[in-house]
Amino acid sequence: MKSILIAPVVLTSLLTLSPAFAQRKATIENVPEIPFTSVPNFLKLPPGEYLGEAVAVATNSKGHVFVFHRSNNNRLFEFDQTGKFVKEIGSGFLGFEFAHSVRVDKDDNIWTVDEGSNMVTKFAPDGRVLMVLGRRPLAVLGVQLAPPRDPPRPAQKYEFCRPTDVGWDPQGNIFVSDGYCNNRVVKYDKDGRFLAQAGSEKPGTALGEFNLPHGLQVDLQGKVWVADRTNNRYQVLDNNLKPIRELTNVGVGWTVCVSGGPHQYVFFSNSNPNGNQPGTWDITGEIYKAELDGTVLGKFGRPGKMAPGFQVVHMIDCRNPNEIIVGEIESWRVQKLILKPTSTSAGGQR
Amino acid sequence: MNLTVLTVASLATAVAAFAQTQAPEIKFDSIPNAIQLPAGLYFGEVAGVATNSKGDIFVYTRTGHPTVTIGTMRPFAHGGSRLFQFDRSGKFVREIGKDTYAFMVAAQVRADPADNVWVVDEMSNMVMKFDPQGHVMMLLGRKAEAESVPARTVPQGTGAGQPTDVFNRPTDVAWDAAGNIFVADGAGNARIAKFDKEGKFVKSWGKRGTAPGDFANVLSIAVDALGNVYAGDGGNQRIQVFDNNGAFKTALPNFTGNAQAMCLTRGANPVLYVSNSNPWNDIDAAGEIYKMRLDGTILGRFGRAGKPLKEFGTVNSIDCRVENTLFVGELANFRVQKLVLH
Repeated sequence: MKSILIAPVVLTSLLTLSPAFAQRKATIENVPEIPFTSVPNFLKLPPGEYLGEAVAVATNSKGHVFVFHRSNNNRLFEFDQTGKFVKEIGSGFLGFEFAHSVRVDKDDNIWTVDEGSNMVTKFAPDGRVLMVLGRRPLAVLGVQLAPPRDPPRPAQKYEFCRPTDVGWDPQGNIFVSDGYCNNRVVKYDKDGRFLAQAGSEKPGTALGEFNLPHGLQVDLQGKVWVADRTNNRYQVLDNNLKPIRELTNVGVGWTVCVSGGPHQYVFFSNSNPNGNQPGTWDITGEIYKAELDGTVLGKFGRPGKMAPGFQVVHMIDCRNPNEIIVGEIESWRVQKLILKPTSTSAGGQR
Repeated sequence: MNLTVLTVASLATAVAAFAQTQAPEIKFDSIPNAIQLPAGLYFGEVAGVATNSKGDIFVYTRTGHPTVTIGTMRPFAHGGSRLFQFDRSGKFVREIGKDTYAFMVAAQVRADPADNVWVVDEMSNMVMKFDPQGHVMMLLGRKAEAESVPARTVPQGTGAGQPTDVFNRPTDVAWDAAGNIFVADGAGNARIAKFDKEGKFVKSWGKRGTAPGDFANVLSIAVDALGNVYAGDGGNQRIQVFDNNGAFKTALPNFTGNAQAMCLTRGANPVLYVSNSNPWNDIDAAGEIYKMRLDGTILGRFGRAGKPLKEFGTVNSIDCRVENTLFVGELANFRVQKLVLH
């Protein structure tokens, strides 16, 4: 029904031929390993329930864990801090089709980003819908084909094209990375009114341009951290989306996480690529921990089918920088990782 | 006569923007939590909201997309919309028509004077009449046996349709005092179809175009006590008025806008509410609702496009059983608002 036969073939050939393959190895060297353990069987699912691709994970202020995953139907599960299942949110909701991100704001509202419906949804902690951004294409019109590439359709203020992530500054302004078929970051006010964008519908390599902005977070100074995936870098933007700098030495920009305050750390994932092509396990899969100034403090993790190995880390929760929760695509798994704390004076070269 | 009407209409359009901006602002409130959804139940795009004589509230909403299954040679489409009933306090009462064959892409819900609930679906191309107990009393149109999944082309042909109840994306339904049924047909066709109260086709009028009596689309419809038909021709930014047999009378002189939702109050001194609904992908334009007399005199306006309460996201439905207590259904905000006008 949904290009079942075609997709694997295309995926394989793309991966094999990708010129970016060699660039996936991070160029930074002599980064200390951070010892860690993975909590066994952290999430306890009720009998008969399963996770699908665990692309999105986030915690709220109580430590509850939200997993937005690609199941038979797209689903959002809430677990308590011990991993016990609490409830499902948004069952059958129109804005759920193909999960990409879940994040929790400072008021414990839960935001989902769905790249199959092109919608970003704000749920109250009790699961009520408070606001929606974007719109799912109207079903009566049938399948909406991808926008033509040449020339691409101009990015619209209130319309996403496979959006990927959401974040907020301390004032409550909303930032969306958008996405697979636009190549921009959009800023809205707290009521969802458009303020600014960086990038456009077109991919680009200059600072402030993106090629698949795949993850986004905002630090307490209001700076916007963007995982610029196909450009193999991260970018830092100011609160008005003017580019400040790029980080090019920690591999592919799969996803980014900024920890809680007051001393914030940032985590970058050089995730192993989907498909587990030969050799990829040797050069990818690690997560980096850094200061907000970009100083890398350490790294941890490597690819593997079995925990504590990673199978394409798609999102990181780092509310507590020493208790990391990762969601993985290809193992349908969420792991809670206990890290040995680092000191800011620990080595690691820029 | 047509020439005279045309001239009047053109002049009217020229001054409409002025008249609209001069319209007094009506103060209003939006009642928080006017509708309480049970846990685990969600609105999608709210295409229709209507009340019956008891104050019960009916909401027809696009809760999900139709599911396509693979069959012999053809894909089949199922579901996508649901009809919920709430009591006057906004408490959930029940679901009507769950898993019924025609609920795919909600277009509108209306309650007639006998409290029957009428549902218009723009993907199954059906108009369904439920009695107050929720039984199916009458069906107009027929759902396609199979669905074409690839993108559809823009509407083609004259839009005049056929002299039958075969619809192309119908959008709304209304009745005259004799019980005749008027279907706005709609987003695919560009006509109004009239049926008698037994559902027998009487006539239809309109075709795609810009001349008086033509439509770009018919997004909303209302019938007054004399049987005149008011049609929201959103694509042409106007409201056209016809007599009971489809003869063009006038375009309302002071209104220019995307008349996507319309409601006519009952009883003496009726007023017409019309939404100049914003495009779903722009909240920085339009979105306000007008209150006017049937001759088009604008009494006031309120609201604007946006996401918080008291702002509107592509209004597709207005209920005005009580003149100054409105229910508004929004596509883009997945929401029903209850408004009290001051």
